[in-house]
Amino acid sequence: MALDWRVAIVTAKLAGVSTLILLIGGTPLAWWLTRTRSRVRPIVEALVALPLVLPPTVLGFYLLVLLGPAGPVGRFWESLGGPRLVFSFPGLVVGSVLYSLPFVVQPLYNAFRAVPTRLLDAAATLRANPLDRFITVVMPLARPGFLTAATLGFAHTVGEFGVVLMIGGSIPGKTEVLSIALYNHVEALQYTEAHFLAAILLLFSFSVLLAVYALNRRFETPRL
Amino acid sequence: MTGIAVELRTRLGEFALDVKIEAPATGVTGLFGASGSGKTTVLRCLAGLHRTAAGVVHMNGDTWQDESTGLFVPPHRRGVGYISQDADLFPHLSVRKNLLYGQRRAPAEDPVVEWDDVVQWLALTQLLERDVANLSGGERQRVALARALLASPRLLLMDEPVSALDEPARREVLGHLERVLERLSLPIVYVSHSLTEVARLSDYVVWLTEGRVGDAGPVSQVLGRLDFARWWGDETGVVLEGNVHEHDEEFELTTVSTPLGPLTIHRRPEAPGTPVRVQINARDVSLGLTAQEHSSILNELQLTVLEVADLSPSNCLVRVGDPSAAAGPVLLARITRKSLTQLSLEPGLEIFARVKSVAVLD
Repeated sequence: MALDWRVAIVTAKLAGVSTLILLIGGTPLAWWLTRTRSRVRPIVEALVALPLVLPPTVLGFYLLVLLGPAGPVGRFWESLGGPRLVFSFPGLVVGSVLYSLPFVVQPLYNAFRAVPTRLLDAAATLRANPLDRFITVVMPLARPGFLTAATLGFAHTVGEFGVVLMIGGSIPGKTEVLSIALYNHVEALQYTEAHFLAAILLLFSFSVLLAVYALNRRFETPRL
Repeated sequence: MTGIAVELRTRLGEFALDVKIEAPATGVTGLFGASGSGKTTVLRCLAGLHRTAAGVVHMNGDTWQDESTGLFVPPHRRGVGYISQDADLFPHLSVRKNLLYGQRRAPAEDPVVEWDDVVQWLALTQLLERDVANLSGGERQRVALARALLASPRLLLMDEPVSALDEPARREVLGHLERVLERLSLPIVYVSHSLTEVARLSDYVVWLTEGRVGDAGPVSQVLGRLDFARWWGDETGVVLEGNVHEHDEEFELTTVSTPLGPLTIHRRPEAPGTPVRVQINARDVSLGLTAQEHSSILNELQLTVLEVADLSPSNCLVRVGDPSAAAGPVLLARITRKSLTQLSLEPGLEIFARVKSVAVLD
């Protein structure tokens, strides 16, 4: 039984790129949610949490409509010379980023909220500007939150199915990921292959969650 | 204009703050009052950590806040040292890196203190490589003070820096504070609800009560005012500035000359001529109409009753001093209302004040 490496590579690449984008975008978003008193905050929170409850096919469907060459976003994007967003790897990245957003923003938000405001005040009186305070005080103290966010974001992207199926198709070497390959094997009644992929995904997900919980436990020891 | 001048008006829920404070450009201004009187809010406004809807903050010729023009300088551009009750050290950095945090961000020219000096003054050499989590409460406050000073502040703010400490640590940190503050030539605002702390460290006092300034002035004046003293209850007392006059080697005593007369206290190590500050609690002062010849009390001063006020249903406070010096130093005596009636004490009467106990603030 050999693993189709193309599928594994597409999966890892998708999860890696999505996680990176999520960390870059999720960090300011989570920090804004931590500090803001704005009235639109509950709306933003609900939007971020939406993928937790929404059937992935719903998200996938809307993305397909919006991002397709005839959709408003897709048409505009392609008029700027951007690559096609449906049935392509960039499209998968867009879907994955939206779908895994709560898994990155939530742990970051929790970690940011746990940083005492009085330490930020202390840094401010020691002449550190807001960005400086974020980099030198918030980020080091929220390190376990970043680790959790990155692992959960990565693992959740690896585990997604509905969104990928809707907007990715199943193009081998381009948009076919492990969960889709598993589905295809089952459709073709190739149970041995299906068992193999299912076991890999199960083992991977369990290890990731175990790592997250073990790390969080280690960081829970009193630090102040 | 030198010194600090602030006017702040704000409302935080039920609490209304409306203060106008002016404090000198050097020396320690004690800002004190009960919890909830607005001390910390004033301090946070000075630091720029809190912005009031209406307010003006002038600091040695610079304007840090003027809401009439919308001007507000953020805290990181003010250069204020802020030391809180909790020290607020960065838990992810060692002691050395905590100290470097402010120093690296301070302007290179004219530092307020040199690294070697501050490490020596505050006895930090042994602590530099330690983890912040392993410091005692007193050590944390010493590190916090050093960290604030190394950032070269133009104004030093201290919010109850010793009130979370146990008694031995409090004494130790206060001793360090006193020695360090003496060497600094910048304005210092010290918030406390302890009369002893303020009496010991401050030159100028602002008394806050329910979000307003109850009284303000030099420490010896404010502490002797009756509305203020009554508010302090049992802890009430005054501070006198004096000089060591002479030592009595046989009985191990020292005489201190004060504006109200000589006071004999336990032998002091200071040489004659050294200025000292003494605190006299109102409960340690009794009054008599005649001088007492056969008494164990050494200190008896001939003074005049200036003012009388009720303290409780059974107790009164009497302010005694020199009637020719209107704003001069005074003593406070806590006596029973019965004694007041029996001695017929009233303003203008000459009496003898017997001082049972004198504490030197060092």
